[in-house]
Amino acid sequence: MALVTLLIITFLLFLMVRIMPGNPFPSERMSADAIAKKRAEMGLNDPIFVQFGNYMKNVLLKGSFGKGSSLYNGAPISTVLPQCMANSFKIGGISILLGTLIGLILGIAAALNRGRFWDTFCTVLSIVGVCVPSYVFMIFLQYFLAYKVTIFPFYFDASRFLSSSVIPALSLSLFSMSTVARFTRNEMVEVMDFDYVLLAESKGMYGTKLVTRHILRNALIPIVTVIAPLVVDLLTGALVVEKIYGINGLGKLLVDAISGEGIDYNYVLALGIIYSALYILIMLILDIAYGLLDPRIRLAGKKES
Amino acid sequence: MTEQIQNGTLTVTDDDFVLAVSEDLETDRNYASQGFWKGVFLRFKNNTRAMIGLYIILLIMLLSIFGPMFSGYGYREIVSVRVDGTDVVAKSLSPQIAGLHKSTGADDVFADKTFLFGTDTLGRDLWTRVWYGARISVMIAFVTIITDMVIGMSYGLISGYFGKTTDAIMQRIVEISNSIPRLVIVGVLATFMPKGVWLVIVALLTTEWIGMSKIARAEMLRIKGLEYIMASRTLGAKNFRIIFSDVLPNTIGPVITQVMFSIPIAIFTEAFLSFVGVGIVLPQCSIGSLIEDGFNNITTLPYQILPPIIVLALLMLAFNFVGDGLREALAPRIEDM
Repeated sequence: MALVTLLIITFLLFLMVRIMPGNPFPSERMSADAIAKKRAEMGLNDPIFVQFGNYMKNVLLKGSFGKGSSLYNGAPISTVLPQCMANSFKIGGISILLGTLIGLILGIAAALNRGRFWDTFCTVLSIVGVCVPSYVFMIFLQYFLAYKVTIFPFYFDASRFLSSSVIPALSLSLFSMSTVARFTRNEMVEVMDFDYVLLAESKGMYGTKLVTRHILRNALIPIVTVIAPLVVDLLTGALVVEKIYGINGLGKLLVDAISGEGIDYNYVLALGIIYSALYILIMLILDIAYGLLDPRIRLAGKKES
Repeated sequence: MTEQIQNGTLTVTDDDFVLAVSEDLETDRNYASQGFWKGVFLRFKNNTRAMIGLYIILLIMLLSIFGPMFSGYGYREIVSVRVDGTDVVAKSLSPQIAGLHKSTGADDVFADKTFLFGTDTLGRDLWTRVWYGARISVMIAFVTIITDMVIGMSYGLISGYFGKTTDAIMQRIVEISNSIPRLVIVGVLATFMPKGVWLVIVALLTTEWIGMSKIARAEMLRIKGLEYIMASRTLGAKNFRIIFSDVLPNTIGPVITQVMFSIPIAIFTEAFLSFVGVGIVLPQCSIGSLIEDGFNNITTLPYQILPPIIVLALLMLAFNFVGDGLREALAPRIEDM
């Protein structure tokens, strides 16, 4: 099902990029003959389905997305992509991990100390997280930690990966951290009022075991639901953060491809496919995680199939 | 006793009647019936956070309408003073107020002018530009989200009402458009649309209706089975009438809540697109493009970035507060009452 969706999306994107008005050639500098020749050479006169078939053949069999027109001096996209993907995934991965872990810990701390310092801290964090976009937070971090006090590099530097990924990872994780913290707190507070927790407590269970086995387990299910949109927000946030911090990642590539003078069709198409594939993959993983966490869903699924 | 018997008939006058109970009878206020919307309004009014949010939104709206008038400068006007036959442009001034500003000397020719937020690198008054930008941002958000609401609601209601094949097909479409990230849509749109307000609006239009349609459909599925719909159908109402005049009014609550949460998303998206460089084009400005301007000069003129960021943060905060408040007011839980 996921693959079918991806295929349809790919086709739609392809259709939109090809059929919509717009000219891939700078017409002032080329004669009509040259354009016609170029079009035939690139196969733009073929029926759209044939074009799509050729494109998919190239993507799937050769792993090639065609060439960029101006970015990276027209180097084949497939040679540019792996490096960008690696950078993006590393930083995105770090920030999602950071965000969910710290968010969980903060949320648990807030729920266990209701009305005290950690609870207030958690509330303030969630408000800040909602109203400050990640790139704004990033600008602040950059200004104070890399310009006023030079602890971290001002721009991304691949040779100093660890120290230069602190600022982008932190700023990207702010939103997920605050959302996860708020949800964890609310869910835990709700679960803690249930009778079975009281029962477990009265049987002499306390501390870590009670929290992890009985409370968190049930609180986690709704939390997993909020992580899905968070990952998507991360993609969006990464776009600007990468652009600002000068990270050679997917986001920066897309911004460069659409915001320059000439728009790079092949890059837009390739990145569109990659983003959609990522998105669908994340949804799939979350669906599976859902089943793992909640035996009820697992059982219901089995009964149906 | 004023009864008078005349000719065997009994005539009764007004004086014969006495009020049985005292006039100041206390009506039972606790269990008095209350209209739904009145209840919503009262619950919303009692929610401090939501009211604070509402006041912030009103304040920002008023300022974005009237703010530019206070300064006396246009949003694209470059402020300059003629000194000895040459124009001196008020480039990159720090915030200053005419009366309180201490003149730095004879070359400070702008000592008698007020720039509450300072001026930008081209010499334009930031106060004017920030409120003008806020106006553009909020306007884009409202226009697109209201349009999305209409599209999404109709889509969801129709899909939910007819069910079966119609629903299956319509939901497939939603599923597919839902799995295209907004970024990609913006990217593809940018390949054939000129940069500017319309790109932002179309990008928002193509993505934000999905959430609304899901909510409208869920509400329709819930309401469809209720008796009053069956009564309406029995009386001969057509599908169109059932969908839009019987069901629609009852779905408005959750949809409005969703609108309140979508508006900050729209403002945020606009800011983000303008920041990246595919949104608002110069000399127009919006919150996003102002933040970008400020960011370009952050190391030398850090105060320039603060006003647009604060306005953006306040808007996001306020709309979220109002959204939360509305949600609680529309669907009160027992423990809240």
